[in-house]
Amino acid sequence: MSHPQAHLHKVELQPKEYRDEAKSFWCPGCGHNGVLTALLRSLSELGVDPSYLVNVSGIGCSSRLPYFVKSYKMHTLHGRAGPVATGVQLARPDLAVVVTGGDGDGFSIGGGHMPHLARKNINMTYILMDNHIYGLTKGQASPTSRPEMKASTTPFGGVEPPLDPVLYMLTYGATYVAQAFSGNVKLASQLIKDGMEHKGFAFINLLSQCPTFNELDTAKSFKSACEQQDTAHDVADLDAAMHVVNTAKQEGRLPTGLLYKVERPTLDQRMAELVERVGGHKDYDLRKVIDLARP
Amino acid sequence: MQDITKNDLIIRIGGEGGEGVISVGDFITQACARAGLDVYTFKTFPAEIKGGYAMYQVRASTERLYNQGDTFDVLCAFNGEAYDMNHARLKPGTALVYDCPSDFEPDVPEGVYAYPIPMTHAAKEMNNPRAKNMVALGALSVLFNVPEAALREVIVNKFTRKGEAVVQGNLAAFEKGRELAAALPKTDPWKIGTPKSKQDVVVLSGNNAIGLGALIAGLDFFAAYPITPATEVAIYVAKHLPKRGGTLIQAEDEIAAIAQVLGASYAGKKAMTSTSGPGLSLMSEMLGMSFMSETPCVVANVQRGGPSTGLPTKHEQSDLFLAIHGAHGDSGRIVLSVENVRDCIDLTVVAFNLAEKYQCPVLLLSDGSLAFSTQSVPYPDPASYTIVNRKRWDGEGEYRRYLHTADGISPMADPGTHGGMHIATGLEHNEAGLPSYTSDNHEAMQAKRFNKLKNVVNDVAPTEVDGEGEADLGVIAWGSTIGVVREALQHLRAEGYQVKGFYPKLLHPLPAQQFEDFGATCKRLLLPEVNFQGQLAHFVRAETTLRPESYTICGGMPFTPEMIVNKVREMLK
Repeated sequence: MSHPQAHLHKVELQPKEYRDEAKSFWCPGCGHNGVLTALLRSLSELGVDPSYLVNVSGIGCSSRLPYFVKSYKMHTLHGRAGPVATGVQLARPDLAVVVTGGDGDGFSIGGGHMPHLARKNINMTYILMDNHIYGLTKGQASPTSRPEMKASTTPFGGVEPPLDPVLYMLTYGATYVAQAFSGNVKLASQLIKDGMEHKGFAFINLLSQCPTFNELDTAKSFKSACEQQDTAHDVADLDAAMHVVNTAKQEGRLPTGLLYKVERPTLDQRMAELVERVGGHKDYDLRKVIDLARP
Repeated sequence: MQDITKNDLIIRIGGEGGEGVISVGDFITQACARAGLDVYTFKTFPAEIKGGYAMYQVRASTERLYNQGDTFDVLCAFNGEAYDMNHARLKPGTALVYDCPSDFEPDVPEGVYAYPIPMTHAAKEMNNPRAKNMVALGALSVLFNVPEAALREVIVNKFTRKGEAVVQGNLAAFEKGRELAAALPKTDPWKIGTPKSKQDVVVLSGNNAIGLGALIAGLDFFAAYPITPATEVAIYVAKHLPKRGGTLIQAEDEIAAIAQVLGASYAGKKAMTSTSGPGLSLMSEMLGMSFMSETPCVVANVQRGGPSTGLPTKHEQSDLFLAIHGAHGDSGRIVLSVENVRDCIDLTVVAFNLAEKYQCPVLLLSDGSLAFSTQSVPYPDPASYTIVNRKRWDGEGEYRRYLHTADGISPMADPGTHGGMHIATGLEHNEAGLPSYTSDNHEAMQAKRFNKLKNVVNDVAPTEVDGEGEADLGVIAWGSTIGVVREALQHLRAEGYQVKGFYPKLLHPLPAQQFEDFGATCKRLLLPEVNFQGQLAHFVRAETTLRPESYTICGGMPFTPEMIVNKVREMLK
C-alpha cells in the first residue's frame, strides 16, 4: 500500500502566499515572528500544497501560529496538539503534519505525550517555540525557565531546575532532532525544511525570546549562546549527539543545527504493512468477520 | 420424579479461575445457540490474574431472553469455594452437581437434588487432569439435556487446531462424564427444552458487539487505552479493523486516545474510542472541544462501579451525570444507552450516524454486566443497516466552516479539498473559524450548536412502551435494567397487575415529550437504576413534569426480575 505524499502535490508559492490574513497577535519583538517567517520560507521552498498541510497546535502564545498559516489547521487543547496531530497523520498519511507549540504546552501539561510521539516515530514535524516562559498567562516559570529567572509565581527567583527538550527528545527516540535560534531564520527554515522532508518524527527546538515577560533570555543572549555553537559531530551517532548537548549544557551554551538524524520505519508505515499482511482493504466483506461469531 | 421440561433453564458453573469454568460455560452457550435456543450469559471474573473464584452462568430458553434471570436452577461446583459462595442460593428444588471426592463434602440442604460426580478423579484416571471440566460438561449434558450433537460439534471445533489427540482426549473425558451421570438416578425435574426452530444467529459479548457495530458503521480509526471492563472492545477491533484497512492505536492515556480520535475525524475519517468511567473523566475536556469545533466522535463507555477507582469489575449504571454533563462550560452532546448485546451492535451504528450527521460527540453507555455477557442475536446483515456520512462541502463559492444554516449543520471539508482550508478550534469563532468573542457571535454560535441537537430525537427510534392503555404503575428503565424490567412486568401482568414499561435508549437530549406521554398513562412511576443518586430520575425530574419514585441499588450486581416484582407488589399493595 502506498500513500501519495504531500510533496507530490508540488505548488509554486512565495513565502508570503502561505501567510493567512489573520493579524498577528504577538508582541513587537517576539521571537515567534521569526518562527513564522522561517516556517513560511520552508513551505515555499518545499512547494507544499497548503491544502495537504495540517498545522496543529495546543494552547499558548505560540499555539496561535496556525491562524497565520494558510493550511488546514487545528487549534486544540493545552498540551494535546501531539496526540491530535497523531490522529490526523495516522488517518491520512498523505498529509503533511506540522505541530507548533510552546515549552509549557509541550513539556509541562503535554509532557506525557512527548515520549510516545518520538518512540512511535509519528511522521510529523514538531516545532517547539521555546521561550522559557508562560507568556499568555503573563509570565510564569515554565519547565525550561532558568532558576535565576524571577517570574510572577516565583517572585524570589526560581527553585526548580529546568529540563532540556533536546535531551529528552534524543532519549525518547526521536529520529530527527535539531535546534536553532528563531532569529536565525536562515538556519531555522533550513532545519524545518529538512525536518519536513525527513520521514519520521522530526523535533526542532527553536529558541525564541519573549521580550515582554522574560528579561533573562533575550534575543541577544540566545543569539550569542547559539551562534558560537554549530556542531560538527556524526549526526547518526546518538552518543555523540547526547555528548554534544550535555557538554554545551554544562557550559551554558546552546548547540544549534542538526543534532541527530536516523531512519526508522514510521508508525503509519508499520500499520500499512500490517493491513497488507492481513490482506486488508476497504471492501473486505464484513460477513467474514460476522461469521466468526456463529455458534 | 416425573421428567418435565423447563423451557427456561439457568445453569451456573463455579470454580477456581483457570479450571475451565469459562470453557464449560462457553461450550454450553455455543451448543444451545447452535441448536436454536436463546442464550443469555453472565460471568464474574476474579480480580486476580490467576486463581480466585470464577463464575459463569448460562440461561437457555426456547423463548426470547431479556436478562440473566433471578438465580440458578442448576449449580455445578468445581470446588469447595464455589459451593460455599453459592450455598445460600441452593433453594429447595435446585440441582447441585459437584466434584466428589474433592476438598469439600457438601451439607446438601433439604430439597436440593445432588449429583456427586468424580470430576477430578475421573480426569486423573484418564491421565488428563486438565479435562476435569469436560467430565463436568458431559455430566451436565446428560442430566439437563444440553443439546448433545451440538456440544460435540463445538468441542471438536474448539480443539481441532490443537490436534487430533487433544480433540479425542477431550471427547473421551466428555463421554466419561456422560457415563458417570447416566449411572445416577435422575431425581430433579430440570431439562432444557427442545428449540422450536433453528435460527441464523451469532453469539457475541456486549464488548465485541460494540466493536462489530463500529465496523458495520464504517469505522476507519480507533484509539483507546486499556481499562476494565472496556478493553475487549479494543481487542476485538484490533483483530478485525486491519482487514478493513483501518487503523488502531493504543494511546498513552485516555486524553491522547480521544485527542487522536478528534484528529482522525478532522482528517475525514470515522473514528471512535472506548473506555470506562475513569477514562471518560479524563476525556471530558476533549469532548467539549469536539462539541465546540463540531468534530464528530464516538465514545463507547462501559460503566463500572465508582466513584474513583471504585469496583472495576462490578456492575453499575453510574456514569450518566458524567456522560451528559462531563465538560466545562455550556457543552452539548448526544448520549445513547444500550439494553443488550443486540443494541450494542445496532446503537453503535446509530451513534456513528448521529456523530456524522450532527458533528458532535456521541457517547454510548454500556455496563459491566453487558461487557462480558454473551447473547444470541439474529445475524446482523451489514447490508440491512442505514449508514450516514457527514455532509461535505460541495466546492461551490467561498467555504466557511461554521456557516449558519437552517438546521445548524455546516458542511465539512476534508484536508486535501482545494478551497476548503479552515481551522477547527476550541476558541469561540465566527463562521470562518476565526476567533470572535463578541456577545452576539457567542450567543449565535451557542444557539447554532445546541439547536441542531433538537432534531436528534427524530433520528432515533421512538422510546419503546411495553404494554398498552392505562396502568397503575409505569416502570422507566435504562441500560441492561430494561431487560430485567421486561421479565418482571410479564410476571406481574400474569398476576393481574396493570403495569407498563418505558425503555429510553436516547438519554440526552432527553425525549421529554415521549416521557410526558408515557407518564400521562400511568398513575405512579417507578425508576429502578443501579446507582446511589438516582441519576436518570434526576434528569427526568429536571426536564419533565414527571416525578418518578427512585429505586436504587449499588451493590455491584444488576437487578433481578424478582427484585422488581417484589418492589412493584409492595408499591401496589
